[in-house]
This record gives sequence, structure tokens and C-alpha cells, in this order.
Amino acid sequence: MDFFDAFLNPEIIATYLRPMVRAVWVTIWISVLVVISGLALGALLAGLRAYQKRWLSWPIVLFADLMRALPPLVLMLILFFGLPSIGIILNDWFVLYLILTLVLAAFVEEIFWATMTSLPRGQWEAGAATGLSFLQVLVHVIFPQALRMNIPPLVNRSLTISKMTAYGSVIGVKEIVSVAGSAQAFSGSATPLTMAALAYLIIFFPAMLLSRYIEDRFHYEH
Amino acid sequence: MTAAQPLPTLEITALEKRFGETQVLRSIDLKVQNGELVFVIGPSGSGKSTMLRCCNRLEEPTSGAIHVNGKPMLGIPRKELDRMRLQVGMVFQGFFLYPHLSALKNVTLAQRKALGRSKAEAEARALEMLDKVGLKHKADAMPSELSGGQQQRVAIARALALDPKVMLFDEPTSALDPELVGSVLKVMRDLRELGMTMIVVSHEMHFAREAADRVVFMDGGVIVEEGPPEEIFGNPKSDRLKAFLSRVSGEAA
Repeated sequence: MDFFDAFLNPEIIATYLRPMVRAVWVTIWISVLVVISGLALGALLAGLRAYQKRWLSWPIVLFADLMRALPPLVLMLILFFGLPSIGIILNDWFVLYLILTLVLAAFVEEIFWATMTSLPRGQWEAGAATGLSFLQVLVHVIFPQALRMNIPPLVNRSLTISKMTAYGSVIGVKEIVSVAGSAQAFSGSATPLTMAALAYLIIFFPAMLLSRYIEDRFHYEH
Repeated sequence: MTAAQPLPTLEITALEKRFGETQVLRSIDLKVQNGELVFVIGPSGSGKSTMLRCCNRLEEPTSGAIHVNGKPMLGIPRKELDRMRLQVGMVFQGFFLYPHLSALKNVTLAQRKALGRSKAEAEARALEMLDKVGLKHKADAMPSELSGGQQQRVAIARALALDPKVMLFDEPTSALDPELVGSVLKVMRDLRELGMTMIVVSHEMHFAREAADRVVFMDGGVIVEEGPPEEIFGNPKSDRLKAFLSRVSGEAA
């Protein structure tokens, strides 16, 4: 068996193309949902933390530290296999979506918080001195600056978390790795795994280009 | 000064400020009348910037009272404070323009969000103010494209656009290259001509001599001496003021 037969067998490709395409869509929409809700939740948490009320900050910091410290896979396994023992049954894709969103939110919160606190205090003061409320300063002055400065790390985190959708294979989400894995087991060929790798390239190469564009577009000098 | 005085535009009464154990301001009393330009001088660490920042509560006074047109700045809810701050314009040493917004948008933001003006009204007002500081042609420029002097003039326009009753200047020219100082001082001189009430903390002694109605000398957190510029500079009474003036005359005046 030569190399192409093992990794790019045309018959195997033809057989598994349709399920693989479906899997690509599953990976894409879970990733998109995770990135949108993770960015929004992370930004919201950073905003709440900016109020510097201990009863708000403390749970946020605890949440961010826990979510950054624990491997997402462990959390997914606990939710998916642990919760049914107390009568709570969650969809496989929902568990994947929820955990990845929370993990992304934790990192995003920390990224935003670090930038918001590193902006000159004068930015907060200039806003306050012109009669803007704390929330208005946060939304119109601090947040847009933090967002622009954070585009590279936010893009990186978003790409990383999107690739973690592969963890879904462990709990039965029909995403790329899961489908390719079953196909490999079924056919005894490595070709579905090659298809999986190509599928990730097809998804993430445009995502990389888009991220470069966004980084250039929002770059500004200080 | 003997006749019954009108309501001061800004009145500071028995103002105290402590940072922990350090007393920064001690029993400060100051009245600023409508249209007056009061210049505050003193060595660094004398508390002059802190006093200015207490006036719009960027710094929280430990005790005392501050009134703008007879209305209290202290002991009011945050919403009311936001409204009061509209009447007190502030210009910072570091300009602090919003770097993500054009000059025009820097001037319209608070007009729209804090005053509730319409977009058209806010922009018209912003252009008028930018024109006043000589920068109407830079309305679409980003702060990073402006010189320090231009940035500071936009910052002045940003404060003026809210129709404040009094303007606070916190060392407005200290961060500027010497050749850019003049353009900012010119704007301040124009404002004075227009009757704006101003408190200026600055080391520009020339400007103080020429433009101030009254000069206040602070040292060690107290007002040591105050009077018309010719008195303060020409006939200083306290030893501390004499020492301060001889120190700065080496560089400036």
C-alpha cells in the first residue's frame, strides 16, 4: 500500500465526503456561536469588574481563574457524564458550546481587564470630567480603546477555542474529528483523518486571513 | 470689594484633603467671581493640582464645601454630580483626548451622551468650538495626527462645547514643547476676553502677570498669599513667596 492509497484514497474520500461536509458545518456553527458568546460574556464580565465592587469582582476573578486553570475536557466530561447521575441530562453539543464559551469568556475577561487597567487614568477622568456617567465612560471611552488594543490576542484566543471543538468527539458531537474518527475505524483507512486535517485548513485558513485583515484595519497609533 | 458681592461662580470653603496620614490641603477658602481669571502658583507638591481636582471631584475632598453658582458639588448623588460636572470644564496636563475618535467626535461625545444634544446640534457646536481654538480644519484628524498644542486646543474645545460656567486648567502647557505653548496660551487669552471664568494652575509666570485678575500662591497645602499679579509678583509679603519667586525667576519670569 503506497502513501496515497493510505492517506488519500479516492474511494474512501467519495464514501465519506458527505458526512465530513456535515461535520464541517457542525464545527463551524459551534465555533461561531462560541466566539460570539464568549467575547460578549468576557467583555461584560470585565465591564462589571470595572465597577470595583467586591461582591462582583470576587466571583468574576474566581470564575476566570477556575476556567483558565481547568482543562476544558475535564469540565465537559463532568457535565456530560456526571450530571446525568443527578438527573440532569444535557445535549452533547450544548455541553461543548457551554464549556468552550465559558473558557473563552474567562480568557477574554482577563485580556480586557488587563488593558482597561493599563489605560491612562486620565482617559477615565477626561470622560468623568465632561459629565459622562461611569457606564458611559466605560462604553464610549474605555471599551473601544481596549478592544482595538486587544484584537491580536482576542483573535488568537478565538482561533484556539474554535479548534477545541475537537473535544466534542469525546462526548459524541458529530464534528470533524468525531466523524473522521468513526470513518477511520470503520474503513481501516487513514484517509478520513487526512480529510479532517484538510477540513480544518479549509476552515481556519480563511479565518487567519480575516484576522490579519481585522488586525490591520483596527490598528492605530497611540 | 466692600459692596455686597454677587454669588461666586466657584466657592471653596474650608476644604481639607488627606491621603491617609498626609494632609495635602488645609482649610482652603477661595471665591472666584464670574469672569475672573485666578492663577494658582506654588512649588510642586503644594497641593494646587489637588485643589483644582477637588473642584470637580476627580479627587474626593476629606471635608469642606465646594459650590458652583451656589449649588453644592459635595454630598450629592452621582447622577447629580455628573450634571454638575457639565458646568465645570477641565483641561489636563496630559490632554487625554480619546485616541480612537476624531477631533470632532472628541468634542461631540459628551454633548450627545451627557447633554443629550442631537448629532447635528452637537456637530455644529463642535465645529464652532474647534473654530474658536483655530482647528476647524482639523475636525476629521485623529489625535495621533495632531501636535501636542493642537491636541490641547481640541481638549479645550471639548470642555467648552458643554457650556461650562467655569474652566479649570491643570498645568495645560507643562507637557508641551516650548514653541507650542503660545498657541494654547492664545486660546486661553481669547477665552478671558470672552468673559470665561477660569482657574489656572500653571508655571507660566509671564502669562500670570499679564492675564490674571488674581494670583493665589500655595505652599504646603495652604493658601499663603493672594492678590492682584502686580502685588504678588511686585511686592511679595511672605518669605515663602519671595523664596519661590526667586527660585522660578531663574528660569522664567
